[in-house]
Amino acid sequence: MNIIFNGKPRETQASINIQELLDQMQLDCMQVVVEHNKSIIPRQRLTETALNDGDTLEVIHFVGGG
Amino acid sequence: MDELIIAGRSFSSRLMVGTGKFSSNEAMVASMEGSASEIVTVALRRVDVDNPQDSLLQHIDPKRYLLLPNTSGARDAEEAIRLARIARAAGCEPWIKLEVTPDPYYLLPDPIETLKAAEVLVKEGFIVLPYINADPVLAKRLQEVGTATVMPLGSPIGTNKGVRNRDNIAIIIEQATVPVVVDAGLGAPSHAAEAMEMGADAVLINTALAVARNPGAMGVAFKKGVEAGREAYLAGLGKQQDKAEASSPLTGFLHQ
Repeated sequence: MNIIFNGKPRETQASINIQELLDQMQLDCMQVVVEHNKSIIPRQRLTETALNDGDTLEVIHFVGGG
Repeated sequence: MDELIIAGRSFSSRLMVGTGKFSSNEAMVASMEGSASEIVTVALRRVDVDNPQDSLLQHIDPKRYLLLPNTSGARDAEEAIRLARIARAAGCEPWIKLEVTPDPYYLLPDPIETLKAAEVLVKEGFIVLPYINADPVLAKRLQEVGTATVMPLGSPIGTNKGVRNRDNIAIIIEQATVPVVVDAGLGAPSHAAEAMEMGADAVLINTALAVARNPGAMGVAFKKGVEAGREAYLAGLGKQQDKAEASSPLTGFLHQ
């Protein structure tokens, strides 16, 4: 299936949850915040949140700033 | 130095530092340590999965520094509120440096969107530190909605031009009921000292540290500038006047 990941189309396997996708992409859930269809998903709910075709995912982290 | 108190929390440093634009994490840490700052700002961006970087946060000791996320990149109130909520979800304390800068050329803050976002974020329990142009009326309006500070710019972000709006900053300081943090544009320790001499409660420095040949040493230099300015303000500066006033008695000259 296809999702929009950080603004870009991305193909993922069907029936996958957000935590699994982060693991596949080697992203540490403790270092990022995830927005799923514009709602923030608390870390403890990443495993129970399934992705569907057409979903939008934003994965955000801290960078340098003033 | 006397303590800085923001939203009931005490800090012994009056210098906040940014973490952007450094050539390396080591340079950033050296600057933080040199500055003896206790508040450091960070930004939020999308993870770049094609160019993985190590985590910024692993270089910042949370016991030593209060992490102050900003909402940089926000073009309106809605985007700023979204970024603030993301920062809180990341596990940060609910402190937020509110920045709404729709114009990428001068990066000047949008006063209307900033005020709108501040109202919402204060109601949601955030400790809001808004970045503003040096507009005394806006500063008052923000205080009234409950922001923890006001953060007027000295000159546009990253310009190193110093305090180019002294008169308005002076009015903001005179009318402030919350700490005034001069943010943006301070390019030299003398600029920081100038803001502190005027009675600013703190300053925030990023670019001047990040672009220094030696960011650690520049951090120390800014620390001294801030301390000198604060101590001079507390000690009481003499008034400026146009006419000369001799330092020695005008009697007893050899020619008399």
